[in-house]
Amino acid sequence: MIAVPCVSADGKPTKSGIAMLSALKSGVSTPNALSEATGMPMFRVRSGLRQLINAGFAKQVDDNYQLTPEGSKIVP
Amino acid sequence: MEEKTDEIRLPLIGEKAPDFEAATTQGTLRLSDFEGSWLVLFSHPADFTPVCTTEFMAFSEIYEELKKRNTELLGLSVDSVSSHIAWIRNVEEKMGVKIPFPIIADLNKEVSQKFGMIHPAQSKTETVRCVFIMDPESKIRTILYYPLTTGRNMKEILRIIDALQTTDKHKVATPANWNPGDPVVVPPPGTTEQAEERTKEGYDCKDWYLCFKKL
Repeated sequence: MIAVPCVSADGKPTKSGIAMLSALKSGVSTPNALSEATGMPMFRVRSGLRQLINAGFAKQVDDNYQLTPEGSKIVP
Repeated sequence: MEEKTDEIRLPLIGEKAPDFEAATTQGTLRLSDFEGSWLVLFSHPADFTPVCTTEFMAFSEIYEELKKRNTELLGLSVDSVSSHIAWIRNVEEKMGVKIPFPIIADLNKEVSQKFGMIHPAQSKTETVRCVFIMDPESKIRTILYYPLTTGRNMKEILRIIDALQTTDKHKVATPANWNPGDPVVVPPPGTTEQAEERTKEGYDCKDWYLCFKKL
């Protein structure tokens, strides 16, 4: 089983995932700023972003990250 | 006939550590996720064993000191994520110590083989007690190996990180038994002209090649 910190096995975001999605919704868009906003270390932010992207909740645009329409539904 | 084995060359001091992706207690992580921070990657023989438990408690005790030094911790053993979770829950419940750092579940030994953590004469199935200290560019800066029976010294790990960071910041070296605040060693001169010049620079010189200064 592959462990995921931000997306659970049923495809829903975990508490950490929702914290990151909420930060993205507030306009935070870089890994450094996400780390500051959520209090999560950079390694957790980087791995969490990969999982949120794979799950379709976030997308990368150049060096920034944004919510997708699916991600927006989680943090309306 | 001699058995052919795939030789794996462990990364050496000064080299960039090989990247990997591994399941951990804090999700799937890559070594490259830690770039920008110093990293202490360490292996332990097995979960639910006595010396390892004391080490994990000790690593947790220096966790905040490591954070002050922009340093993360990443543990590893040839156990499953479920075993790691059960063990760290047990350590918290019975010993009152929360393990705040991720632990790699290296069941297929992919990472431990890359870093030369299995020493078959000690154990063919367990990792020995390795410590790889890496800088923010994932370059290997220190390698320590301890046998299964000897727990690591956390003060020494902190001291090494302090020494490496002092060396990087001030372009100096640190003498035997150095601790923060102690005089540091000025790099030896490369020319006779530099050797002559340094006698005028106010260093505490025992001879032209051994000079100390306070930071």
